[in-house]
Amino acid sequence: MSWFKRKEKGISTPTEEKKDAPDGLWYKTPSGKIVHTRELKSNAYVSPEDDYHVKIGSAEYFQILFDNNKFTELDAKMTSGDPLSFVDTKSYTSRIKDTIKKTELNDAVRSAYGKMNGIDIVVSCMDFNFIGGSMGSVVGEKIARAIDHSIKNKMPFLMISRSGGARMMEAGFSLMQMAKTSAKLAILDKEGIPYISLMTDPTTGGVTASYAMLGDFNIAEPGSLIGFAGPRVIRETIGKDLPKGFQSAEFVLDHGFLDFIVDRRQLKSKLSTLLTLLQN
Amino acid sequence: MLLEFEKPIADLENKLQEMKTLAEGKKIDLSKDIESLEEKIQALKKETFANLTRWQRVQLSRHADRPYTLDYIYELTEDFIEIHGDRNVKDDKAMVGGLGSIDGQTFMIIGQQKGRNTKQRQERNFGMANPEGYRKALRLMKMAEKFNKPIITLIDTPGAFPGLEAEERGQGEAIARNLREMFMLKVPVICIIIGEGASGGALGIGIGDKVLMLENTWYSVISPESCSSILWRSWDYKEQAAEALKLTAKDMEKNKLIDGIIPEPLGGAHTDLKWMANEMKKVIKKETKALLKLSPEERITQRIDKFCAMGVYNE
Repeated sequence: MSWFKRKEKGISTPTEEKKDAPDGLWYKTPSGKIVHTRELKSNAYVSPEDDYHVKIGSAEYFQILFDNNKFTELDAKMTSGDPLSFVDTKSYTSRIKDTIKKTELNDAVRSAYGKMNGIDIVVSCMDFNFIGGSMGSVVGEKIARAIDHSIKNKMPFLMISRSGGARMMEAGFSLMQMAKTSAKLAILDKEGIPYISLMTDPTTGGVTASYAMLGDFNIAEPGSLIGFAGPRVIRETIGKDLPKGFQSAEFVLDHGFLDFIVDRRQLKSKLSTLLTLLQN
Repeated sequence: MLLEFEKPIADLENKLQEMKTLAEGKKIDLSKDIESLEEKIQALKKETFANLTRWQRVQLSRHADRPYTLDYIYELTEDFIEIHGDRNVKDDKAMVGGLGSIDGQTFMIIGQQKGRNTKQRQERNFGMANPEGYRKALRLMKMAEKFNKPIITLIDTPGAFPGLEAEERGQGEAIARNLREMFMLKVPVICIIIGEGASGGALGIGIGDKVLMLENTWYSVISPESCSSILWRSWDYKEQAAEALKLTAKDMEKNKLIDGIIPEPLGGAHTDLKWMANEMKKVIKKETKALLKLSPEERITQRIDKFCAMGVYNE
């Protein structure tokens, strides 16, 4: 008989219930530092104690990037269909309904345009809270239309990725969103309009294998997990533990697939400098 | 090797063989019985293959005797020259490609290659390409564009390889680049799923003016097994997962995610490679002829528009 007995086995919190931005008064970073949430907010949600980048969503990124938090949202009302009448342990429609209620988001990406240090920019930003930031038809279509807006108005495009990959419940449809977004990026590329892809923790699967890796500039937040296959799958494939730091942003930079890593506190100024350099 | 649902048919076929041997050996006239048994076999085959579940189609797509990319290439062409290497890291044997002609028209033919025995399977990495495979494929596609040759891709993969070195060398980047570049190819591109079409690994050579599936193949964002393990947290729900994913050629055509289906001989492609290849040849010739009537710009625009129309959402 053990002294302490676990009532429930293992981690039982479903991915979509894991909280993003802290909403309590105090926040504890993974290394154990305690930070006041007000202090976090004024510090771009980076812990001043240990530089830990708290996982945040589109609302926080928009607030960090757009001047005076002023922006116009695109396709805000778009929601998921259920083309395959998909049912696993739960029906897809009820999963969507519950997630919308819980997260107060309509799907896993939001797009907006506005000014960043006076520069016009279109931003699409993923929300991991919404079914693991998975990419289904809504994510694909909203990103495609954001790119259309960039092309039409000759504004640079910033994509902030944070996703476990494609959304299984849309099967073939979600796979083709990789194609759709890449098609739009091919046009953006031809038009010579800058595309910056910011990868945050985590960026994996079909998102990595499409728009996240297609930036003129592929950049990342420090410590983010970035990869095609997830660490668990790779561990199973090779039957060995993975080396420390494998698939971290620093590892990906080291192997030549990122242009630079950017501290979130410098994100706005660094992006502005970069876009100004391209403009002048 | 037989699949579960092939066994009753095989049993009858064995019986037929016995009957024929008996008739010949003992010089008895069993022609009536033979004829009726042959009819019975044909009827059973028709019934079995018309009512396959989605999971059974997945099993057929992985049949041990199923023709692979090079089998088709050598059946379709007589002058195939294989081209190797990505000019960067190495030659990925899970992805093959080269030039060959079909009735006088030269094509660049590219596809994932599986192995038939243990040694070959290892050499071909079970048809799971590394980044250099996708980069080799892109190099060959650009070569085809330079020399103005239409491209055929034959897709058959359980996925892009999820390995350590694959990550180090940018598996995601390699596939992503192929998607973007394939949209801008000036030459016609025809993609045919000949076996398994698993996720990004398949799509990485799957952007085409025409995307077709052989009758008994599957194409989806994930394999039924992995889907089961993630959504049901167990490997035991692969049949349900296959149903839920709607991954067969018929499903994909109905959802307008592919352009058409190429029928297989009764019993599956492996029962008659020549027939199958001939069917593919007819379709390839017909589609190429139609695509060559369009200008490169028209083809690119239509290719982009087709994929951009895929998706279901509410506004």
